[in-house]
Order: sequence, then structure tokens, then C-alpha cells
Amino acid sequence: MMKKKLKFVSYAKWGYIFLAPFFITYLIFSLIPLVSTFYNSFFENYMVGLMQVGPKFVGFDNYKAIFLHSELLMYLKNTCIIWVMGFIPQIFFSLLLAAWFTDLKLRLKTGVFKTVIYMPNLIMAAAFSMLFFTMFSDSGPVNNLLTSMGIPTYRFLAEVAGTRGLIAFMNFLMWFGNTTIILMAAIMGIDTSLFEAARIDGANSWQTFKRITMPLIRPILAYVMITSLIGGMQMFDVPQILTNGSGNPDRTSMTAIMYLNKHLFSKNYGMAGAVSVILFIITCVLSVFVFKFITQDSDYTKVKKRKKVRSL
Amino acid sequence: MKKSKGSEKIILNIERAFCYIILILLSILCLFSFYVLIINTTRSHPDIAKGFSLIPGKSFLVNLNNLLNNAQLPVLSGLLNSLIISTISAALATYFSTLTAFAIHAYDFKFKKYAFGFIMMIMMIPTQVSALGFVKLMSDMGLMNSFIPLTVPTIASPIIFFFMKQYMESALPMDLVEAARIDGAREFRIFNQIVLPIMKPAIAVQAIFTFVSAWNNYFIPALLLNKDGKKTLPILIAQLRGADFLKFDMGQVYMLIALAILPVIIVYLILSKNIVRGITLGSVKG
Repeated sequence: MMKKKLKFVSYAKWGYIFLAPFFITYLIFSLIPLVSTFYNSFFENYMVGLMQVGPKFVGFDNYKAIFLHSELLMYLKNTCIIWVMGFIPQIFFSLLLAAWFTDLKLRLKTGVFKTVIYMPNLIMAAAFSMLFFTMFSDSGPVNNLLTSMGIPTYRFLAEVAGTRGLIAFMNFLMWFGNTTIILMAAIMGIDTSLFEAARIDGANSWQTFKRITMPLIRPILAYVMITSLIGGMQMFDVPQILTNGSGNPDRTSMTAIMYLNKHLFSKNYGMAGAVSVILFIITCVLSVFVFKFITQDSDYTKVKKRKKVRSL
Repeated sequence: MKKSKGSEKIILNIERAFCYIILILLSILCLFSFYVLIINTTRSHPDIAKGFSLIPGKSFLVNLNNLLNNAQLPVLSGLLNSLIISTISAALATYFSTLTAFAIHAYDFKFKKYAFGFIMMIMMIPTQVSALGFVKLMSDMGLMNSFIPLTVPTIASPIIFFFMKQYMESALPMDLVEAARIDGAREFRIFNQIVLPIMKPAIAVQAIFTFVSAWNNYFIPALLLNKDGKKTLPILIAQLRGADFLKFDMGQVYMLIALAILPVIIVYLILSKNIVRGITLGSVKG
């Protein structure tokens, strides 16, 4: 007995050894940079031409500058608007397709469609955006097509709605397949006897969807929405390439990360640090919700089951 | 009775047709831009300037040749750099994430709960928010224009770790590990020769995902790589976007986009079944 216990203790050592690469790497390449980012946000440190100003400790001055006369709030607003414009069609079509793909009565052939709608998710966002830029440029294929059909051309990248719309449309195309598959998994996790019971009671597809599917996948819907919002906060590649980093027209399609990128390139480290910290705090708040969904997953299922029993 | 069954069938078929129409429209939406891309890689610059066409041209090889010999864009080295970075990232991320997952899954130690909690906590932190510190640290360490900051950090990939742990719980019985121990195998050998082979399906899926995300990565590489010979494909595309566009040969522009996109699409089409299954495995269960 004693020997066995000793042996057990000796194995614990391997747990630490196998964890070491992860934690050492994380410490060097993520944790130290994160702390250093926070540290830098309290310093005045930027370049004027080739001359460096600072670093000089200024406390919360960078933050004050951001909140008093800053563009960051505007860029956060842009980010949110574009995210919403992309998320609404995304969640609508994902729910629709997920419901259809899992419908036992319809029995659609889904294989090819799943493959096709998921594909844009794997495409290099920079290349996809460049492709859209060439396609929707003033004399690009889309405007050629419009002219040949007798429709007046539209200067997509000179109009606020056109540019934001294109970014949102690309985000929609890149993510609706992914969301569909996640929601499908959620719907297939529902006890089929519930659908069976609804059918016997004479419920139609819409009633079944509204009364059974929707309430039961609500936690996953919330999860999808928050992870998408966190992803939306990081929106960068698509608008950066589409507008060549300018966020034109009139910086209405400039996102928060594009602003951060601008400061990083011009070596305005103080402001870049403050912007990073603000973005970090926003993501943290959002992540708390995701964390809850992941760790308390079993609690949610319990609640769901209790509700099920009650409603039956 | 018979009649109502018949009409029910008709209604079902109409519903089905409606679904298929919407699905086909969405598929066209997804595929249209890629179709235009492929067509335009085969057309010469004057052809493209003339207008839109659905029929391919004959200039595919000319465009490819022009692009590869373009003195302003190091395309060949860009392709190679992207390939090297993505391959190393995929290998490191999957091997070490499996190792980390094994540490949490198979061993009992004092800080296990905290270690696991910590990894879950950092899962959602985006790389962009620590980019400032990261770029500064890398330049202090003399690692600008090096591939180390683009590959080694993937050793700590919380999301892949989580996926591996989920998979391990269903696929790796601890009896197997115990049996190997009785046979006298050391822990490292158990991991390399028993655990890794069992985890192969999960590793394959995650290797593809890591490869693709490293291949597509733009934000951090753009901040670290400024020497022409070290640049990756997304940086070259951004460079092309910044160049005076009207002077550029459009056949080459489309060809570069195709070089960045098509390898991923081809691999995806070959392995799509595994990949689509992988997404659901990786997403949070429930």
C-alpha cells in the first residue's frame, strides 16, 4: 500500500514536466508582452519624424486623451455597426439552415451544401478582401455586370453604406457556415422524442421550432453571439486590405484594431498601449460570459432537463 | 385518407424545393467570387480591362510566369515562407497541445485544477491586445524578421489544448497507460508511442486548422517581417493593395490571390468531411 502511494507521487512529477512547455511559452510570448503592454500604456512614448519623445511616465494621460478627444470611441462604434450588419444575416441564415438540415421530415441531402458554405471560413481574409476590392472597384467585374444589364454603376468603395456593407457581407460569408454547423450540433443534441411528441400533438414545423428548438438551444445561441462579438472586436484583415488601412470613406470603416495597428506602425507606443488595455478589458468582460457557458455547461443541461420535465 | 396523404406529399415536396432553391442561392453567393477569381487568372490584362466574362481565357501560364518573375514582389519566397511557418506551427501546436492535455488528463498533482482553470481563462484573450509588448520584446531579443516569434508561440494554444482534452476523455482509456507502465515503459515513451497514435484523428483535424490559420495570419507577421525575403503571402497581398493599383497587371493580381487561396481550398475539398466533423468536435459540447 505504502509503495503504491509512493509510486503515485512520483507520477505527479510528470504532470508538471508535461505542462512546462505550455506555461514557459505562454509566459515568454504572451504574459510578459501583456504586462509590458499595460506598463507602456502609462508612458508618453512616440516618434516625431526620427526623434523619439519619451518614454516619460504620465500616469493615466493616455487614457484621458483617448476618452476626451479620441477617435477610438468612433472606431469602436464603426466596429459594432459593421459587426451587427454582418451578424444579423449570419444568425438568421444559420438558424434557418441548421433547422432545415436537422429536420427529420424534410430529409435534405446536406453534404455538398455543408462543404460549400463552410469553405469561405478557411479562406485567407486578406486575399478574400483583395478579391472583393478588385471585384467591386469602380471598373471591376461587378460594375461591368451592372452596366451590361443596364443598371447604373455604384461606387461601392466611395460610399459609407457600400464599404461597410461589403465588409459586413464578407464577414457574413466567412462565418455563417461555421455558425450553421455549431447550431446543427446543438439541435442534434436535443432528445428526438421531444420532436416526436410535438409531431403527434400536431405541431407544425414553425411551432416545433419556436417552442422546442429555440428554447433548448438558447445557451448555444448566446455562446455563438458572444464569441462572434469577441471575434468582431478583432475585425482587422478585411477592412484593412479593402480600404488600404485608411478606413475610408472618411474613416467610417476604420475598426478599433486598425487604429491600434496604425499606432503600432508609427511607434506611438503610449497610445497603442492604452488602446490595447481598453480592448483587453472589453474582451475580458465578454469572455466571462463565454467562460460561464463552457464551465457551467452541465448546469445548463440540468436546467434544460428540469424545464423539459415541467413542460411535459 | 389517401387523398390527404397525397397532398401532404406534394406540400412536402414544395417545401423541399424551396429549401433547395435557397441553399443553391447561398452556395452561388459563396462560390461566385471564387469563380470570377479562377476565370480572371486565365485572362490577360487587356481582356480583364475590357469587361467581365464567364468564359476562361488562355493566359493562365503567362500570368503565372509574369507573377513569379515580378521583380517588385518576392512571390516565390513568400509562398515558401508561408509554407514553412504554417507547417512548423501546425507541428508544434498539435504535439505540445496534446502533451499539455495529457498532463491534465492523466496525472494528479497539486496545482492541476489551477493550471486547467488558468488555461481556460486565457483562452479568449486575443493576440492583438498584447501585440505592442510582443513586438517590443521580439525586437529587443533581435527576433525581427525571424520565424521564431511566428511559430514557437503556438506551443501554448489553449483552444487546441481544450479540443485535445475533450477528445482524450472519450478516446484514451487510462487502463492503456497503466498497462504500458506495468510493461516498464517510461512516461515520455508512453506519450509518444501510445497516446499520440490514439490521438491521430484529433491531431489531423487540428493540424489542418492550425496550418490554415497560420497561412492566413496577417496582423502579427506584418508587424515583424519587413525584409523582402522574409515576407509571407498576406503581407505581399497588402503590399499589392498599397501599390499604385491602376498601373498593375490585373492578371497578376488575380493570380497572386489565387496562389494564396487555392492551396487551402484544394486541401479542404479533399478532407472536407473530416474538417466539418472536426468543427463540431471542437465546439463546446452541450
